[in-house]
Order: sequence, then structure tokens, then C-alpha cells
Amino acid sequence: MIQLLKDAWPILWPILAAIAIILAVVPFLGLYMTFIERKIAAYVQDRVGPNRVGPFGLFQAVADGIKIFLKEQIIPDHVYTVLYFIAPTFSLMTAMFALVVMPFGPVATDYKEGFRFIVAPGIDIGILMMVAISSLSAYGIIVGGWASNNKYSVYGAIRSCAQFISYEIPLGLSLLGVIAITGSLNIEKIVAVQSASLLDWNVFWQPLALLVFFTSALAETNRLPFDLPECEQELVGGFHTEYSGIKFVLFFLAEYTHIVTVSFLTVLLFFGGWHFPGLPGPSGASLVVLLLGLGVLLIKVSLVVGLIMLLRWALPRFRFDQLMGLAWKGLIPLALANLVGVAVVLTLGLPKHLLLITAALPVAAAYYSAAKFNQTVSTESSLRAALARKQAVSYE
Amino acid sequence: MSETKKKKSVKWGEEPKLSVLDALYLPAIASGLATAMRHAVSGKPMTRQYPEVEPEIPPNYRGVHRLNRDEEGRVKCVACYMCQTACPANCIEIIAAPAPKDDPHWKDRDKFPATFTIDELRCIYCGMCEEACPVDAIELTSVYDLTGMTRQEMIFDKEKLLSVFDQTVDSGNDPVRTNRGILGPASEASQKAKDAPPPPGRGRRG
Repeated sequence: MIQLLKDAWPILWPILAAIAIILAVVPFLGLYMTFIERKIAAYVQDRVGPNRVGPFGLFQAVADGIKIFLKEQIIPDHVYTVLYFIAPTFSLMTAMFALVVMPFGPVATDYKEGFRFIVAPGIDIGILMMVAISSLSAYGIIVGGWASNNKYSVYGAIRSCAQFISYEIPLGLSLLGVIAITGSLNIEKIVAVQSASLLDWNVFWQPLALLVFFTSALAETNRLPFDLPECEQELVGGFHTEYSGIKFVLFFLAEYTHIVTVSFLTVLLFFGGWHFPGLPGPSGASLVVLLLGLGVLLIKVSLVVGLIMLLRWALPRFRFDQLMGLAWKGLIPLALANLVGVAVVLTLGLPKHLLLITAALPVAAAYYSAAKFNQTVSTESSLRAALARKQAVSYE
Repeated sequence: MSETKKKKSVKWGEEPKLSVLDALYLPAIASGLATAMRHAVSGKPMTRQYPEVEPEIPPNYRGVHRLNRDEEGRVKCVACYMCQTACPANCIEIIAAPAPKDDPHWKDRDKFPATFTIDELRCIYCGMCEEACPVDAIELTSVYDLTGMTRQEMIFDKEKLLSVFDQTVDSGNDPVRTNRGILGPASEASQKAKDAPPPPGRGRRG
């Protein structure tokens, strides 16, 4: 047994180290993202934000953490106790599990031994696994809502369920184009293909896919403008109404982990990951280059996180039918059209940057929907005028 | 009702036409982000850093009560029970006592409050005690940050109310506000003192 462990150690220790880093950093990151979110919210609303605990309020997150961990564990009488406890842990577990195949730093595709910035390098079903696992997180929410035995929680859970079903489809479809050109589901390989030059970043030939992906990913994270499962104004707290203290923290941490995952995925799949013009690739690179690549990746990711946080204050919440309409009538057709475009380009062997034309598709869709809307409006008003002329109805 | 009148009485608004940019969402999102960013980087927060920067309290603010002193440092109150009667929250409790006649210090007074307690937790800060007082003895100050750890310490007795006077009367924000009372000897004394030039060293006695 010990011999076995000794033999496996060279393979084992980089994995354990990566797991340790993720387990250590993600909760910390979650705590500090609440702080950053509060600060951004404050600045957008012309306030100052938390500034009392420590310099610039930097220890506010720690204070929040201590406070919420020391809170009384309240278990309401009417909940299904077992499910009630499983839901938040399951939620966080799936959120963290998705990070297994996600490179959080430059990873070379030749997979030499030693430490790499990924828990499980060289997984050839990388994206598929990520999408599959992260969609499992819907179960955490649904089970939580159901176990709470509270109508608002169940409403939140049902909404979340419907939202997940709708937005999984455009999410997957938008990734298909990228995968088709790369010819691999392996995230490291997708980044390596993008690393040829700046113009090879997927965003420069798949802008439509980026749009669809980012929108659906936002919906998957339950963030504004798609935070219907937990909108306070309508559902008290949604699925986490009955949760407090550490169980609430687990849900919360899962949500922020999702944001991190989504931001990483956006950067890795569309913005070239750790690639920056002039920076050599990670294969056989020195430590300095690796750290630079890590910095590049983290800066890109934090920009996306910042955008997600700003979006929260820029957009009103969607109504539920609008939310579903956007997914089924807007994003899915657009993603399908994009996929057809990729197929045509690949089959005919055309340069992939021709796909920039797909950026015109949303405009066409908008043109169509505006025309349709205006037609409805004018039909209604002419109908009204005709009825009034006939005196068929009285508007008095 | 005639046809023409009917037409005029109902006015239909037309729904605005939707343009391509409206239906695309993206320009609206961009403008929303721009607004958010503009506020975020403007660097002009509206926040007042409260404990460091105190708010400006208007002079007619109704905060913690005080019992005013007259020129001789005695409590101005003549224990007439007007404030207790006027109080809608029933938070004032006075026990009157006859003024000690043989003491020359009290010879111009018939009655004085032996105890005067206000339950600051029960008070609704309506200011009716101040309105009712015939000798301007009770006043509401601009002290707004009254806190306490127990209910007991929030019940102010006469000494505490007088000490509020001592603390606030020189702060500039809480001068003895009115001087309309001419009813009671205490009030007359203060009127006389007001008319006469101030003698050297005049003031309340601590």
C-alpha cells in the first residue's frame, strides 16, 4: 500500500496541490467577491460602501464570515430535514466539482510531470464535463426549494428549473462552434489553438457565440438580470428563504463559485485564456513566463467578473416570460444559425474569420422583431379605429 | 352625448414605434453600463461619514428634553403639572413639593418639583410639554443620539434633565428658546433679568 502510494506520488502530488489551492482559494475568493460586489454597488450608487473594518474596509469580508459562521443554526419545524441539509452541500459540491477540469493558470498541452495549474490535466471531455456538472447545480436549488416546504422557495426552485432547462441549450450550442473548429473538448487545447495570435482569439470569429454564451452563462449563475429564482421583491429570498447561517453561506459560495467558473470559461474559450501577444506559450516555459501567463489570465477573469457585477446595476430584471422568450425565440435560433455558419465554413474550407458575418445575425433578428412589434401595434390601433367608427364598442 | 363630443373626450395615445436598436437590447445595455460606470468613477459619494462628520441639526429639532435653570441655578419648573397633563404618551411624572419657605433661596416660590422623571423610551418627542409649559422650564434640545444599555438608564430624573441643560445651553445650537411666559415668579424674574443690563458674573449656577 505504502509502496503503491510512493510510486503514485509523482503523479499524485501535483493533483493534491492543485486541489488544495482550489479548496483554499475559492471560499476566500467567495468572501472577497461579496466585499468587491458591495464596493462596486456602492460606487455605482454614489455611496462609499464598507469602510469601517480595517483599512478601506478590507476586513469586512472576514468579519462577515466570522459573524455568519457563528450564527445560530436554525432548522425550521416544517422542513424535510435530510434534504434540507443535503441541498446546500450539494450545491457547493457541484460548483466546486466543475473546477476540476478548469485550468486556472497556463497549462501546456504536453502535460509534463510536476505542478500544473489544473487538477485533472488532459481531460478530453473538458467542456462537456464542465457543462454537465455545472448544470447539476440546479438540483441543489430545486432540492433546497422543495425541502424548505415553503411556497416561495418552491416557486424559486421551479423558476430555477425552467431557467436551467432553457439556458442549457443555447449554452451548449454556442460552445459547439468553438469545439468544432478546435476539434477537441479539451480546454487546454482550445486555448492552445487560440494562442497563435491575437486574431485567433475565438471572440474575433465567434462574436455571436460569445454573446449567446455569456447571456446564458449569466442566466446559469442566477445573477441579475436573470436572478428570478431568488428575486427578493417577488419571492422573499427564493429557494434560500428558509436558510440561514452556514447553510446559507454554502448556497452563496456556490453562486459565487459559479460566477468564477463562468468568468474563467468566458476567458478560456473566447478571449485566449493565458495568451497575450508577445508572451511565449506555457510549453517548456520558465517560471516567470508561467506566472506572467497566470497574471494575464487572472486579469482577464477579473475584468469579466467586474463586468458581471456592473451588469447587475445596469439592467432591470427580466419578467419570466421575457426570460423564456429570450432563450427560446432569441438565443437558440441565433446559436443554431451560428453553428450552421461554422459547419459551412468548415466544410468548404473557407477562412474562419468569415464567420464575423454572424455578428449581423442579431441585428437581423432585432430588425425582424421590431418590424413584427410595430406591425402588431399598428394593427391594433387600426382595429381599434375601425371598431370605433362602427361604434361597435364604446371606450367611454 | 353627441358624436363629436365623444370623439374629443377620448384621446388615444399611440405606442411608440420600436427601432432596430431598441429590439437589439445591446445599445440599451451599453448605455446602462455607461451610466453605472460614470457613477462608479465619478468619485463623489453622497455618504456622510456619520460619527466623524455630524449632521447639521435644525434649531427646531425635537431631541432629548432638558429642564432649564433660572438665573439662580434653581430648576425653573414650578411643578404645575401642565406638561404631564399635555403629554400624549404619559411619559412625564412629577411629584410636587412646597418650596421651603424659610430658605431665602426659595422665598419667591410656592412649589417646586421634588421629582421630575421623563421616560425617554416612552416619549414620542412631540414637543407638547414644551408648548404647555407656562414658565419655559422644559425644552427639547437638539441632542439626537441618545442611547442606553438598559431601560432603567433611559428614565431621566430631575438631576439628569438639569445636567442635559448644563451640557446643551452653551453649545450654541440650543439657546433657551422662548421667553414668552409671564406666569410664575420664576418667569418674572427671568423677564426682569432680561430687561435689566446683565450684572457682572451673571449666569446660571453650576
